Amino acid sequence: MKLAITNGRVIDPSQNLDGDYTTFAENGIVTSIHRNKKVPPGFEILDAKGAIVSPGFIDLHTHLREPGFEYREDIVSGAKAAVAGGFTTILCMANTKPVNDNASVTEMIIKRAKEVGLARILPVGALSKGLQGKELAEIGEMVKAGAVAISDDGMPVMHGKLMRHALEYAKSFGVPVITHAEDLTLSDGGCIHEGKVSTALGVAGIPEVAEEAMIQRDILLSKLTRHRLHVAHVSTETGIEMVRQAKKKKLPVTCEVTPHHLMLTDEACLEYNTHAKVNPPLRTRQDCAALIEALNDGTVDAIATDHAPHSEDEKSVGLGCSNFGLIGMETALPVLLKLVHQKKITLKKLIQLLTMGPARAMNLKGGSLKKGSPADITIFDPNRPVTIDPNRFFSKSRNTPFAHWRLKGKVLYTICNGKVVFSS
Amino acid sequence: MSLSVRHILSVNDLTKKDCALILKTAQNMEEISERSVKKVPILRGKTILLCFFEPSTRTRTSFEIAAKRLSADAVNISSVGSSLSKGETLLDTAKNLEAMNPDILVVRHAQSGIPHLLAQAVDCPVINAGDGMHEHPTQALLDLMTILKVKKRIAGLHIAIIGDILHSRVALSNIILLKKMGAKVSLAGPASMIPLGIEQFGVPIFYDIRKVIPSADVIMMLRIQREREADSFFPSLREYSRFFGLNKETMKHAKKDVVILHPGPVNRGVEIAPEIADGEHSLILDQVTNGVAVRMALLYLLCGAKK
Repeated sequence: MKLAITNGRVIDPSQNLDGDYTTFAENGIVTSIHRNKKVPPGFEILDAKGAIVSPGFIDLHTHLREPGFEYREDIVSGAKAAVAGGFTTILCMANTKPVNDNASVTEMIIKRAKEVGLARILPVGALSKGLQGKELAEIGEMVKAGAVAISDDGMPVMHGKLMRHALEYAKSFGVPVITHAEDLTLSDGGCIHEGKVSTALGVAGIPEVAEEAMIQRDILLSKLTRHRLHVAHVSTETGIEMVRQAKKKKLPVTCEVTPHHLMLTDEACLEYNTHAKVNPPLRTRQDCAALIEALNDGTVDAIATDHAPHSEDEKSVGLGCSNFGLIGMETALPVLLKLVHQKKITLKKLIQLLTMGPARAMNLKGGSLKKGSPADITIFDPNRPVTIDPNRFFSKSRNTPFAHWRLKGKVLYTICNGKVVFSS
Repeated sequence: MSLSVRHILSVNDLTKKDCALILKTAQNMEEISERSVKKVPILRGKTILLCFFEPSTRTRTSFEIAAKRLSADAVNISSVGSSLSKGETLLDTAKNLEAMNPDILVVRHAQSGIPHLLAQAVDCPVINAGDGMHEHPTQALLDLMTILKVKKRIAGLHIAIIGDILHSRVALSNIILLKKMGAKVSLAGPASMIPLGIEQFGVPIFYDIRKVIPSADVIMMLRIQREREADSFFPSLREYSRFFGLNKETMKHAKKDVVILHPGPVNRGVEIAPEIADGEHSLILDQVTNGVAVRMALLYLLCGAKK
C-alpha cells in the first residue's frame, strides 16, 4: 500500500517542519517528505489542498468502557470517535469491569483493538488490584502483555506507601505511572469547584487543595524513587506551578491538561448542567489563564481529552448524583483551535501538544512524520466552520459541554498505519 | 593468633586477617563433624547462652551443635517463656543472664541494633546471630567459606545477590564482607525491594535479573517473605517468580560453573525453582554444613577473650 499526500501544509514539530511538502508512505511507514510534487506511479494520491498535514494525534487519556460498560462506549465506537477526532493513538484507562489489573484483560483489549483496527489503542494497566488502592496489580505481567503505563485513574491512590511502591515497581519494568491527583478526604462529597458557583448552586465544592496536595505528594515520591510520573488533567494554577517547579529541578515529571480545563470555567455548571460535571472540576478564569500560559512555556507536555462517556441516564440524576466525566475526542480539535484563532497559542504549539509532546511523555513511537515513523497522519482544515452536534458523534455517549458551539476546524482525513481510517 | 574484636556484631568490624583466621579455624573444625564421635573437649566447662528472641531453627540449631561439638554447655532462651514475656526489660534480662557467668552470648533479635546494645551492657563476648534488617555476620562468613571452598578465591569473582535486598540482613552482611574481600557484588530485584542509598556501598543495581546472571560466578538468591506481598512490595508470588525467580529458563544464561547460594529457608517455586535448588550448581546444603564449622570456629576464638 503506497500513499502520497500532496498540496498540504505539513506541520511536524518533531522536526521543526512547516511548509508545503509531499508526504510519502509505504507499508504503514513514512518513507519521505519532500518539496517535489511529482508522485511516481503506483502511489494512491490524497490531495490535501488548503489543509494542514500533521502527525496523527495522540490522546493519552481516554475511557473506552470495554469490557463491562459497553452501553456507554466500546472499543469499536471509541476507535471510531478517536479517528473522527484525528486521533491515531489513544491510551485507555483501566477502570473497566473487570478492571484491567491483570494480563488477561490487557490482552483482551489489545486483541479487540487489533480486530477493530482503526486506531492504535494502548491499554494503561491498573496500579492496584481492582483499583482498590490496597495491593499492587500484576504490573510486570501487564507490561509484558502490552500495557504502556500504569494508573488507578479515577480512583486516587490515597495510600502514600502504595504509591511509592508502585513507582518503584513500575521502574523495574520501565513504564511511567500516571496519577489522578486527588485527596479524597478533601474532595469528599464535592461535585464542582468550590467557589462562588458552588455556593450559588448550593452544592458541595471540591477545593483546589484536594488536587494540589496530591500533585505535590506524587512529585515528591517521583523525586524519592527517581521514577517517571505523569500528572493527569492538571486543573489549577498552583497545581501547574508545582509541575513547573518540578521540571525546573529536572525531576522526571510530565503532565497533561484537557481541552475543557483550558476552555471552560465552573460557570459552565450553572443551571445544574451535569455535562460540565467532571473530575477534577472546571475551575476559574485565572486557572484557565495559568494553564494556557503553561502550554506556551513548556510546562505542559500534552493535551489529553479524558474522554469519559456516560449514558444519558447517568447524567440525568441531578448535579449532586450524576457521574463525573465528559467526552472529548470528537470535539478536541475545533475546541482547541479556538485558542489558535484567539492567538493564545500557535498552531505549531497545538500540534506539538497533540503529537510529539504526548509521544515523548509516554515514550511512544508515533507523534512524528520523520522517515521511518509509523504512517499515522491527520489532515485537517483549521478554518472550516463547524457546529458541534452530539447527535452526529461516533461515540455512543453524548455527554459534552460543547454541544451547539460554533467553532472552526474540521478533520478531513485520518490515516493510521498508512491506511485512510476516516474521511469526512 | 587471635581476633581483633571481642564481639561479632557486624562484618564491618572484621579485618581481612580476622576473616582469614576464622576461615582457617573453621577448616580445622570441619573434620570434627566427620568423626563418629563428634566431640572434642576444647570448650569443656564453658557456658554459651543462645538468646533467640526471634524464631529460628537453622541458626539456633547450628550454634547449639557447634557449642556441643566443642563440649560447651549450650543453654537456650527464647522470648516465649522467658522473663521478657513477663515484662522484664531486655537490659534486666541481660544483666541477670550475665550474673550467671556465661562465656558467650549469642543473640538473635527482630530489632536492629539489639546485639550492639547487649554488647555494651554485658561483660562477655556477644555474637550477632541476626538482628532485624541489619546484619547476619555468621551467615556472611559461612557464605564466604562456601564460595572459597569451591572457587578457591574471592577477589575478582562476580557475585550477584538477587531478591529482597531491602529486608535482608544476609544481603547487607554479604555486600560488606564480599566487597571487603575483593569481590564484585551486584544487586538485582524489583526497585521496591532495593533500599535507597545502597548504591553508595559500591554495588551496581539491576531491575532485570537476566542482565546480571550471565556474568555471575556466584548467584545468591534471597528468601521472599510472603507477608511482603500483603505490604505491596510486589503484586503476587506468581509474578515475582516469573520476573525475579531463578529457574531453568533464567539459568540458561548463566555461566557453566556458576554456583548458587541461598540462606534458607527456601520458598520452592518462588525465588528459586525446585530443580535449581536441588540441582548441580546448588551449594545450599553445603552452606548449612559450613555454618556449623564457622560457628565452632567463632565460639572457640571468642571463648577466653575477656575485657
